[in-house]
Amino acid sequence: MDSIISVNRLSKEYGSLKAVNNISFDVGEGEIFGLLGPNGAGKTTTIKMLTTLLKPTSGTATVAGYNIKTSQNSVRKHIGIIFQDPSLDDELTGRENLQFHAILYNVSSDKREAKINEVLKLVELEDKADVLVKNYSGGMKRRLEIGRGLIHEPKVLFLDEPTVGLDPQTRRHIWEYIKKLNESTKTTLILTTHYIEEADYLCNRVAFIDHGRLVALDTPDVLKDKLGGDVISLKAKTGSDALEKRLKSTSWVKTISRHDETIDITVEEGEKKIPSLVKIAEKIKVQIDSVSLHKPSLEDVFIRYTGKSIREEEGEGWKGHMRAIRARRSR
Amino acid sequence: MVDTNAIYVLWLRDIKRFIRAKSRIIGMLVLPIFFLLGLGLGLGNLIPSSVLGGSYLEFIVPGIIGMSLIFTSVASGTSVLWDRQFGFLKEILVTPNSRSAVVIGRVAGGATTAMLQSFIIVIISLLIGFNIHFTAATALAIVFMFLIATTFISLGLVFGSLINDFQGFQLVTSFVTMPLFFLSNGIFPLSALPGFVKYIAYLNPLSYGVDGLRITLAGATSFLNPIHLGWLVISPLAIDLFMMLLSSAIMIAIASYAFNRTDVG
Ligand SMILES: Nc1ncnc2c1ncn2[C@@H]1O[C@H](COP(=O)(O)OP(=O)(O)O)[C@@H](O)[C@H]1O
Ligand SMILES: [Mg+2]
Repeated sequence: MDSIISVNRLSKEYGSLKAVNNISFDVGEGEIFGLLGPNGAGKTTTIKMLTTLLKPTSGTATVAGYNIKTSQNSVRKHIGIIFQDPSLDDELTGRENLQFHAILYNVSSDKREAKINEVLKLVELEDKADVLVKNYSGGMKRRLEIGRGLIHEPKVLFLDEPTVGLDPQTRRHIWEYIKKLNESTKTTLILTTHYIEEADYLCNRVAFIDHGRLVALDTPDVLKDKLGGDVISLKAKTGSDALEKRLKSTSWVKTISRHDETIDITVEEGEKKIPSLVKIAEKIKVQIDSVSLHKPSLEDVFIRYTGKSIREEEGEGWKGHMRAIRARRSR
Repeated sequence: MVDTNAIYVLWLRDIKRFIRAKSRIIGMLVLPIFFLLGLGLGLGNLIPSSVLGGSYLEFIVPGIIGMSLIFTSVASGTSVLWDRQFGFLKEILVTPNSRSAVVIGRVAGGATTAMLQSFIIVIISLLIGFNIHFTAATALAIVFMFLIATTFISLGLVFGSLINDFQGFQLVTSFVTMPLFFLSNGIFPLSALPGFVKYIAYLNPLSYGVDGLRITLAGATSFLNPIHLGWLVISPLAIDLFMMLLSSAIMIAIASYAFNRTDVG
């Protein structure tokens, strides 16, 4: 795998706070790479350093072959970024925002219009191109920002929380654009998110970030497999003890745990094991009250690695969410 | 390294926004027009023209143009705060362009729009009886407007780069702009000012800018005396021009320095 981004022991300190703490990773060309972590984990700080907006306290990185400390201008020429917070000029039209961006990145004037139209088509904003951005919805603004990031054909596109503050339907839409553009343009994408489903759905590989540290890095499937399979929760009306004893001696049950009347077991391919479980229970005359199957999510993996849920910090997330909505609405 | 693209885009952006924001144009014109009507027509009648060597209207119109320029220009520094607030500053600063180019583009854009406002004031002045004394030097009036604007837009950019909150910006700029205007020859001839105030006014670039406008637009006599350097005689107009070029250059340099340090937000 050819790396297009190579991060080497990168750190950023704010006083005594280690916002980013000694992280290293590589991103392959054409990959969708995710940084997943709760609010305050250090994702934006990492992105800001990789996009030359912030100087690292120590460590370094190369992006598209250029060093972020010594070749800032070359890095900037080859990257695009969609910031966590809105960054459009509301008093210009969508097309003007794109035109200005194209000129700022030195896109030659004969290619400019074609490129702008191509991008408008990709993010489905052709009809709204000549409307002032202040009349756009939040989702339209986000799409315009994504399109804008592509105008100068960057080698790497950074997306910092691309769907924060958007409703679930719009979020789905944005996901489709992101997938589409990765497939059609082969641009390497590096995105941050605190939405588990987003990382799971979009990313080829995910790095978990917590308190500035990189705690795990792999494909979503491999990460989930490390948990050892699916969890089935069984509740019996009576005879829980007998059932537990019987399951302990069943070969395909990998782990078993008991809270009150609920028995949790880990198995592979859980959906196929449910019928067998019911049969076993019938044989020993135990009446099962309920069965539930839980496929491990990246959330479970995150809990395994950090001992806490990403969602625990949702309070802060909600504040950030409201801030994003306000910023999108005001003016 | 000159990033002409960035300069052009930032200039164009200011022009587009200016044309679209009709209410803002009117808002910025209200104060100068009140001064023009109040002082030019009202107070002007009470002042014998012998004091000024001409009508008070002829005296005050260049002063009001200077006033409109300084107020509009310094206030234009808020655009940095807005851009920071709305995130557009990041978008500009992550592009492969130097920050000096960004500053020059902003100054060029702000200067163009401030000058357009001055033209409107000139037209209104003509309507209420002001006469332009056309001479070979009259075209220089535009240069003086431009230089006053660049000097004080740069000052506004310094404040915009250093101050992150709107109230603070408002407070600081009004504490600076008002004295700058009143401690110049904008409303009173410098000869009417008490001693130490006069010296402050001599240090104020606006005095030279307004003096230049008075000479070029109204054919007035300068507050300066020609400087004799041997056989070389430097006219007051040349001194005004030199002082304004100097202040523009210094202020743009300071603005670039401050903007280089600004917080992206
Ligand atoms: N300019 C700053 N000054 C001080 N602390 C900061 C600054 N920016 C971010 N931080 C802190 O650094 C940590 C990481 O922030 P950030 O990178 O924004 O997290 P994330 O994007 O993962 O939510 C947080 O604790 C945040 O409060
Ligand atoms: Mg963030």
